[in-house]
Amino acid sequence: MLRSPRKPLIHLPHTLSEVTGPVFGPDDVGPTDGDMTRQGQGEPLGERIIVSGRVLDDSGRPVPHTLIEIWQANAAGRYRHDRDNHPAPLDPNFHGAGRLLTDADGNYSFTTVKPGAYPWKNHANAWRPAHIHFSLFGPAFATRLVTQMYFPGDPLFAYDPIFQSIPDERARERLIASFDLGTTKQEWALSYRFNIVLRGQEATPFEGVR
Amino acid sequence: MTRNLENVPLPSQTVGPFFHLGCTDQHCVGSLLTDKTKGDRITLKICVLDGEGGAVPDAMIEIWQADAEGKYAHPDDPQSVAADPAFKGFGRMATNDHGCCTFETIRPGPVPANDGGKQAGHFNISVFARGILKRLATRAYFAGDPALNHDPVLVTVPVERQNTLLLQNSPAQAAEWYFEVYLCGEKETVFFDV
Repeated sequence: MLRSPRKPLIHLPHTLSEVTGPVFGPDDVGPTDGDMTRQGQGEPLGERIIVSGRVLDDSGRPVPHTLIEIWQANAAGRYRHDRDNHPAPLDPNFHGAGRLLTDADGNYSFTTVKPGAYPWKNHANAWRPAHIHFSLFGPAFATRLVTQMYFPGDPLFAYDPIFQSIPDERARERLIASFDLGTTKQEWALSYRFNIVLRGQEATPFEGVR
Repeated sequence: MTRNLENVPLPSQTVGPFFHLGCTDQHCVGSLLTDKTKGDRITLKICVLDGEGGAVPDAMIEIWQADAEGKYAHPDDPQSVAADPAFKGFGRMATNDHGCCTFETIRPGPVPANDGGKQAGHFNISVFARGILKRLATRAYFAGDPALNHDPVLVTVPVERQNTLLLQNSPAQAAEWYFEVYLCGEKETVFFDV
């Protein structure tokens, strides 16, 4: 695909433009945005799960009140999207999109159903491992991150060029959530933990500005 | 034990073809304006092209900009001037079948530079698309702005590539500015490591 830049990136020492970024607040999040099992007339089909974690910067400090956006396929591996023609059923009760803010300590939690594996036409018999797309802003233009969360033990990891696009095995493994019995809700939903580290802001370089 | 106790930033992954679902179906921002927004109204049309000059119809574009006075609507902007309360500075759209999207906004003012001077007014732009592993960050400046000669970021860009960071317009439509993002190829846009 002819979409990847060939020339090296030019290093940009942070200015005011990079250490600031869009600010979001409670008005940007609706009442059912954090529970994707309550966005339709009834409950979606599939395995109900809770995904929670903490958003930190690269110094280990929590990133409070930051916007997280999520989207995913339904339990059958189908996205509610015009360009998805995978012949698996749509679920009228599952839209597949959510958004939430971290709390003052950087914690987040949302409820959804576990997405199914998803076939795509990248190569013969190509299947994406089950995954949830994550979009985070963090506090600055420089901290913007879009990534994907995976589930432990997925047999498709070895065959997925998107997961394998990260050359470092330890880095890849950080995209795999961990099963967490401690936050599982009895007789309700299994729970996964997915902690997110955003890059940090460089020290403010313009102390003289007033 | 949870993973990721080490404070290494998570790797980026592609936004994929279905980002509209979580990002732009319900939460696109094409107009950054209200009736009360201060500054010169402009239209900003951004088109994304691949290495063969073909339209990229499934890209997401985000812009981040200062207000007309060069102040960002962000708590870490230390300038004493108050930010325009009618301007948040953030826009986001998906490209259409022609690879383009259009924002209604204002011309951003000059922004403080690290050396105590000013940066020329500019947009900070993020490009996401299927086939791109990591957000591409670039800037768009106004062609003809006398402040370009002193912009501390633009001077770090090789002279022969600086024009990839310029918004163009026509004298007949002075408030309509146009920016082409070439992902690769001969006209490849300058992308920054931020």
